[in-house]
This record gives sequence, structure tokens and C-alpha cells, in this order.
Amino acid sequence: MYIPVNDMLKHFKQDAPAMANITHKSDQWSPYHDNSGTVLAVGIPGAVIVAGDTRLSNGYNILSRDATKLSQLTDKCVLATAGQYADFIALRKFLQQRLQLYEFQNEVQASTETVAHLLSRELYSRRFFPYYTFNLLAGLDENNHGVVYGYDAIGSYDKMTYGVQGSGQELVVAVLDNQLKGYNKINKTIPQTREEILDIILDCFSCAAERDIHTGDNVEILIITAAGTERIVKPLRKD
Amino acid sequence: MLKHLYDTDCVTWSPQGKLFQVEYAMEAVKQGSICLGLKSNEYVVLCSLKRQPSELAGYQEKQFKIDDHMAIAIAGLTADARVLCKYMRTECLEYKYTYESHHPVGRLVFKVAEKSQHKTQSGAKRPYGVGLLVAGIDPNGVHLFETCPSGNYYEYKCQAIGSRSQAARTYFESWFHLFEKSTLEQLILHGLSALKKAIMEDEELNERNVEVGILGKNQKFIHLNAQELKDYIVKLETFNANTQIQQE
Repeated sequence: MYIPVNDMLKHFKQDAPAMANITHKSDQWSPYHDNSGTVLAVGIPGAVIVAGDTRLSNGYNILSRDATKLSQLTDKCVLATAGQYADFIALRKFLQQRLQLYEFQNEVQASTETVAHLLSRELYSRRFFPYYTFNLLAGLDENNHGVVYGYDAIGSYDKMTYGVQGSGQELVVAVLDNQLKGYNKINKTIPQTREEILDIILDCFSCAAERDIHTGDNVEILIITAAGTERIVKPLRKD
Repeated sequence: MLKHLYDTDCVTWSPQGKLFQVEYAMEAVKQGSICLGLKSNEYVVLCSLKRQPSELAGYQEKQFKIDDHMAIAIAGLTADARVLCKYMRTECLEYKYTYESHHPVGRLVFKVAEKSQHKTQSGAKRPYGVGLLVAGIDPNGVHLFETCPSGNYYEYKCQAIGSRSQAARTYFESWFHLFEKSTLEQLILHGLSALKKAIMEDEELNERNVEVGILGKNQKFIHLNAQELKDYIVKLETFNANTQIQQE
């Protein structure tokens, strides 16, 4: 059948809407709020370190200086979430309930890998009204080595050695690329010990707090090892 | 005895005002191996004797965690117990999800009792053939409840149900006045002493056939492991119930 070329081209060219027709609905109510803040997680042999600032904000307002973004789901793994706080709470509740049921049914706690997949499925189940959460799942794998899984809002995930999410993500991830992987580093010494990595993490948060208005107040750090969980809280800039 | 005229189903009363089917269900509980519970101001301890169907088989577990603050010990039909256990666990999870706190113990026992009663008032159903000892801690304090196939429930300071439980109850009657102020170790030793009264002459308590669970105001429900059980059974030899201390 002969299709006139112009008709055919219509399928490929998107016409720009005429200026008169654009109506900006910028004052429509949105179910989403970004409560911001930054979280990061680093996995090392034998341990995983998860950190999140404790500032909760909405636009230019601070809602709380003392709100945790970290949630320990099993003995071996922790969920760290940046994004909308209400969705973080809802997601955490769901996972806590589901993991307790798992423990009753299987008589053993879910492994980190299992929790990672469960989280992905739950996020995708809300594909058409997503949880506004940017998650990191940090935990110990079956060999008790630290592992980090990073997610987008709808559940796409991947295993990583370290990850950052939240409003300070771009500021911090570049530093970690440099310090932990040695990218663009002239003196390629990679830190090996937990203390060195903790120092780097604290520095990262201080740096993020300097430039990102949504990051600050305190940084809460959880260190998960086979022996248990240690919690450290350090102050950050409050402005 | 004209029992057989009135015992076909739950919807038939006997002239003496009894529901024989419900009474028969309570018999099933009495056939189960013994389990007992006792509480102090701070702790509840559950002790059970596990039965082994044959040399080749494992021992049947009798204590199940319902939530961090609650656990049950069962006597009777294990399959029926599983159903009630699953129901209680689901209720606790839903309560926690909605109210972000632990299910009040008495309230959950009431729900189980309601469920049990429902089975006693229908032509097509049979009562649950299992009795539960429910140990739980909530803001109202430390609790030990017993539930029955009849749908009744009672709160106790200490109680024993199952086979030869009368012997354990007799022990409790002598010593329960001490339990309120007992330490956890003393409570466990009292529980094991009571259990020992209820075993047959040729039986003995060991770490395989005894199950001990503990629950405290600052202690989530936990089972004692094999080594701990062994140690307590050894301590049992020299435990004096009256003074609650080890003596030679």
C-alpha cells in the first residue's frame, strides 16, 4: 500500500505543542514529598558499614534533626533509605512483618540476598504508584563479607561494594570512587582497615553537609559484623 | 451409661447439661505429654516433656514462639495446635503492623477462646483437640494462661496440663508461694522439679526430651539450648525447693 511520505514522517516527528496550549499545573497536589538527606553503605570483608544523616527536611524547612534513615531488618542486614520518609516507614513496616513471617515459616532468618530480592519485588509491585524511596540494602552475605545492594524507586537492583543515595549522592559518590576504588587518584593507596574507612565516611558526610542544605545535624553509623551491630552517632553542621 | 445417646455431635446436650463431644476433646489434651508453666514478677518459664514416637524419630517440639513477648506450650493434637499457632502469629503480626506495639496477651487468648468456642456450637465442626499454655508479657504484667477445647480460658500463677500433670500440680501447690520472688534460675529448677514428678519410673529427664522456654520483661522468648539444659538437669539433683538453693 502506498503511504504518502508526509503521513509516514508524522510517526517519527513529534510536533512541539503550541505555546498557547501549554497549561502549567504546577499547583496541583502531589502525593510525593522529598524529605531528602543522604545515606551511604560500604561493604568490606567481615563487615558492612551503613551511615545516614539524621536531618528530615521538606523544601527549605527542617522537620527533624533526629530522624533515623536506617532500619535493621535482620541480624545481618540493614535498610538505608533516602527520599520520602512516609514511604520509608511503610516499606520498613512491610519488610519487618514479612521477614518475621519468613522466620516463623523457615525457622531461620532470611539471608541478605533473600531480603534484597524481596525488597525488589515489593518495590516493583508498586510500579504504577511507586514508593518514593531510594534504597540501599547493606548486609553480610553467607560468608559474612559485607555486601551492598542499590535500588531505584521501582526495584531495579544490583550488588555493589559501596553505594550512596539521597540529596548528597553526587557530592559523596565521587569522593568514594576516588578513595575506595582509586579512580582518578594519583597516589593509589586504597584503605584496608575499618578505621580508615570510617574516617572517610565521616569526612564524606562533613563534606556533604557543607554543600548540601538538606544534609546535616548528625550522622548515624551502624557497623554490622558477625558478632553483632555497633552504633555510632557523630554531630554534623546544623545550618 | 447412656452417654452414647448424647455424644454424637456438639449440638446435643446431655440431660445432665454436658456437651460430651467437648468433654471428649478435653480428654485428648489429657493424653498429650505434660507441659507446665510458672511465673515470677519478671519471668515466665515453660517446661515440657517431648515425646518420641519411636527410636528412629525425632522428638516432637511442644513450645512455639508467637511473638517476641509471647509463646505457647501445647498438649494434645499437634496438628490442631499448628492451626492455633499460625492464627496467633498472624494476629500478632497484624497488630504490630497497625499499632506498632505488642498484642496484649489477654486479648489474644480471648480471641483464641472465641475461635475455640465457635467449634463447639456447630453440627458440622469438631472442637480443637489441644490445650495451650500461653506465656506472655505486656504492660499489664507477666501472664500465664490456659486455653481449653471448650473455649474457656483461665489465668494462672502456675499450671500443668497433659499426661500425669496432677503430680506436677501437687508440687506447685506446695511451693507456688515462693515463685513471685524467685530468680530465673530458681524458677527453671522449680519447673524441672515439677516435671520430674510427672515422669514414669523408668524415664529420666535429659537434654533431648526436655524443652524449656523462658520469657522475661527484658528477655525475648528463647529456648534453652542443649548445654544449658544439661547444666540445669545436673543442678536439679541438689536443688532444695524450700530454700531454693543448691545443697549437698
